[in-house]
This record gives sequence, C-alpha cells and structure tokens, in this order.
Amino acid sequence: MNTANSSRVVRLGAGAGYSGDRIDPAVELATHGALDYLVFECLAERTIALAQQARRQDPENGYDPLLEARMHAVLPIAKRNGVRIVSNMGAANPLAAARKTAAIARELGLGGLKIAAVTGDEVFDVVRGGDYRFEESGDAVAGFDERIVSANAYLGAAPIVAALQAGADVVLTGRAADPSLFTAPLIHEFGWAFDDWDRLGQATVVGHLMECAGQITGGYFADPGFKDVAGLARLGFPIGEVSADGSVVITKVAHAGGFVTAATCKEQLLYEIHDPSRYLQPDVVADFTQVRVVEEAKDRVRVTGGRGTPRTPTLKVSVAYVDGYIGEGQISYGGPGALARGRLALEIVRERLTMTGVDVSELRFDLIGVDSLYGSSLGGRSGEPYEVRARVAGRTTSKAEAIRVGNEVETLYTNGPAGGGGVTKSTREVVAVQSVLLPRDLVQPTFTIVEV
Amino acid sequence: MKLRELAHSRTGDKGNTLNVSVICYDVRDYRHLLQHVTPERVKAHLSDVVRGEVTRYELPLIGAMNFVLKEALGGGVTRSLALDAHGKSLSSALMDLEVPVPDEVQQP
Repeated sequence: MNTANSSRVVRLGAGAGYSGDRIDPAVELATHGALDYLVFECLAERTIALAQQARRQDPENGYDPLLEARMHAVLPIAKRNGVRIVSNMGAANPLAAARKTAAIARELGLGGLKIAAVTGDEVFDVVRGGDYRFEESGDAVAGFDERIVSANAYLGAAPIVAALQAGADVVLTGRAADPSLFTAPLIHEFGWAFDDWDRLGQATVVGHLMECAGQITGGYFADPGFKDVAGLARLGFPIGEVSADGSVVITKVAHAGGFVTAATCKEQLLYEIHDPSRYLQPDVVADFTQVRVVEEAKDRVRVTGGRGTPRTPTLKVSVAYVDGYIGEGQISYGGPGALARGRLALEIVRERLTMTGVDVSELRFDLIGVDSLYGSSLGGRSGEPYEVRARVAGRTTSKAEAIRVGNEVETLYTNGPAGGGGVTKSTREVVAVQSVLLPRDLVQPTFTIVEV
Repeated sequence: MKLRELAHSRTGDKGNTLNVSVICYDVRDYRHLLQHVTPERVKAHLSDVVRGEVTRYELPLIGAMNFVLKEALGGGVTRSLALDAHGKSLSSALMDLEVPVPDEVQQP
C-alpha cells in the first residue's frame, strides 16, 4: 500500500466505453496520456450472455471479441510506458482472456508481465438453485430454468484491488460494476478504506464520468448550431487526474479532437442515473447531489463533491435468458404520395400476417421518418416527408415464424404499392435480461495470476 | 421559445426505465425551467412513448434536472420491438418542448 502525499495525482485513462468502441483513441492515450492506468469498459447488460453462448461453443472463448485487437495495439505501449490495464473484457471467461493476453504478450516479445483474471461473478448455479424472483417482473427465476443463459453478479472493487496489490500489470474481470474498474486503482493507490463512504462516493463519480470514454470528451454531444464540437472525427478519450481527496480534473490529450467542458461533464454525470442521491453500487450508495463542476482552463474541468452512504447488503445479478425471436422487414417509398404508399404497405402486411396465420405475440408497425421514434403525436407534426421507410417487427417463439414476418415485407415488391425499394429483412434470437438481488456472502470473488 | 435554446439533454436506459437530463446552459435559468419543465409536461409531451410514471430529481448546484421515465422502453432494451430500443433519441424530442422566454435573469 502506498502512503499518499497530498499533492500526488493518479492519472486514469478510459480506453473504451463499450465492447465495439474505437481502438485508436486508446492507443493515443497510452502513448501521450502519461497514464498510470488505462481502463477499458466493454460489458453492456447483454454482452456477457452473448459471450457465454460463445463459450459454450468453445471453452477457450467467451471473452470480448476485440480483446485480441486491443491487446495487440496497446500492450507494447503500456509495457513501455508503465501503464497498468484494467478491463472487464474477460466477459464470460476471464481466465481464457488472461491466457490469451499472455499468449499475445509472448508473441509480441513482451516479458515480465503479470496478468490477473478476476472470477467469482458467475452465480448461475446459485441463482438457479435458489428461491429468487426477478426485480423487474416479479416472476420466479426457477420458472425460466432451461432458458437461462447466464447469471453474473456485479462485483465491486475489492478483487481488482487485491490483484493490483499482488502486482498485476493487467487485470481482466467478468461482470463488475463499471465504475469499480476505475475506483479500484484509486483505492489501491491512495489506500482508501472500504468504509470511507464519502471517498467511495466521489470515486464513483470519477468512474461514472469516465466509463463511457468519448461521451465526456464531446462524443454523443454535438448538435450543430447549438452544441458544436471541433474535431469530432478525431475524438479523443478522457483522462482523469485524481487527487488523494478524490477530486478529479477531467481532461484529454491536447492534440486529440473533441473537448471537455462543464456541459459535457454534466451530461455524462446524469447519464443512466435515476435518483442522484442514491446511485446503488456494490461498494457504496453514491450521492451526486452535492457535486460541483468547474471549468478551470480549456479542456480542464474539476469535479468534486461526490458523497456516499453505506453499501446495501445485496449484490445485483444480471440474469440473461432466451426469450424467443424477433422477425423484421423494411421497405422504402419516395416522391409524391410516399407517406400514403408507406401507410398502405403497412396495412397490407398487417392483413397478410393475419390471413396467413403467422404466429406472433406482439407486432409493431412503423414509418421511419414519421413515427418510428416518438409515435404519431410528435411525429405527425411536420409536413409530408419526401421519403419514408415502412418497418414491421414481430415477436415469435420460433425462428421459422420470425422469418415469415420479414418475408411478408419483401413480397411487397411485386404484391404491394408502387415504387417500393430497398427491402431488408432479418431475424434475431432475443436474449432478455432481468435482475435478481443476491446476499453478498453468496458471491465469493477471487483472482488468478498468469505470468509471462 | 424551444427548450433547446436554454438547455441540453442526454438519455440513458436501464431495463424498461429511461432517464432524461435537462441541463441549463446558464445556471441562472434553472428556477425558470424548474417552473416550466414539470414531470406532468414531460409525460404529456412524450405520451406515445412513456406509459408509466415520470419522476423529477433536482440538482440545483449544477443547474440540472433528471427525469426518470418508467415503462418507456417497450418491455426493456433487450426485448423491445422498437427501432430505437434504448430510447436514446428521446432527449432530442424533449428539447422541442415550448417554454416561456425568461423575463429576466433569475438567481439560482
């Protein structure tokens, strides 16, 4: 454990905000960010279930599909610059992810690396064997038995901190709370206690601000004429300069595109937050209501004032289960009368799906360009569009029935209104996610180190 | 005037619940917007999308409100039939809300 002096700053970088995120900004940060840690957040609600399905096909798979590309791009630079990596790219198989990363390191001629895999988030058997109900629907989990694909608890920072204390250069987790990927290096560096609620609350603010990477440096922000962002094509990812009191300056590499302003920080602070006085995390209940956001200089914004109260006795578990199929078809109409022909097309498909007895439990008919996002009350306001795209989506129990939905859109070519073009159709298996609250003592995280 | 001229916004999703922030460009407009951007108006404006209750949380220190919209995602991101299953585009529609021009600069 380090003894922090008051002026010491830990520099965190965010290398990804989701599984498919751009890699170049992470390389830029590792090269020019003077970082202590580079954190990749890559695990959305459903991603781990898809990874679990991949693992069933191949026991050495089940980690992030871009893990290899990211490690190839970043490992040599991180090793050279002494940047430690923390990521949930382990997804459904952190051990295989660590072995893969070790193999890549060897291939690149890198030695002297400790790669940690954090495990214990997988609670499939615990959840299936117990008497639990879904928080959202109230249904008994037991009733979903065979359909359950995965069940993973949101781990806190503790196992990541332990791995860092054991000297890990790379820490790969499965399911962990997104902010915990950032709070763990801070707890490790500054030696904060796990019952220092205010500090953990402010650390959560830091993690929450950074976990979506480019969303705080001008990504997902531009609105021309109102909110213009310079150099968006070269958008850089954020750096957090964190002091021992937890206060953070959000900034970026000087020559990177985008910007950091009070406005970008505030938008991200409230992203995916419900009650800002009670943001539930595995290690703390964070309180964002006293947060202050101050622009200190160009692209330097100081964020302080996060607080916390004691953590809850349970951990959230995401349970994924297969939930039938969605079949979909789309077709475009343009020119004068486009709207009327699009509407006619939808009516025809509705009637044909009934006539032919396609087995759907739910159907949706949209006119993209008119009412697909907000329904008819807002969408009907504007004048006649010059082109519309008719879309039909239906929920089915089998793939065969889902295919029939798209087919009835495709047949509009020769059996529908004039001038329809550009048909696309698709089917997909639905993997739905609900949550269960599990007593903490039923989740036992640990870590394993692979050395190169 | 449109809310878009006084504030900016971002939508986030969790399960079948959405949150939409409304953040004043100028913190001094906060009281004015608090008065005119109410949960009732937000729910009415987005009535085709939001089926459940709308709750507003206030963050005066940063001049922002956070609206939490229940039953707004057609059964949840992972199973919705909607084109925008995450409801991410909702913030842009909320910015179209009509609000009175602030009379004068008000102190937060």
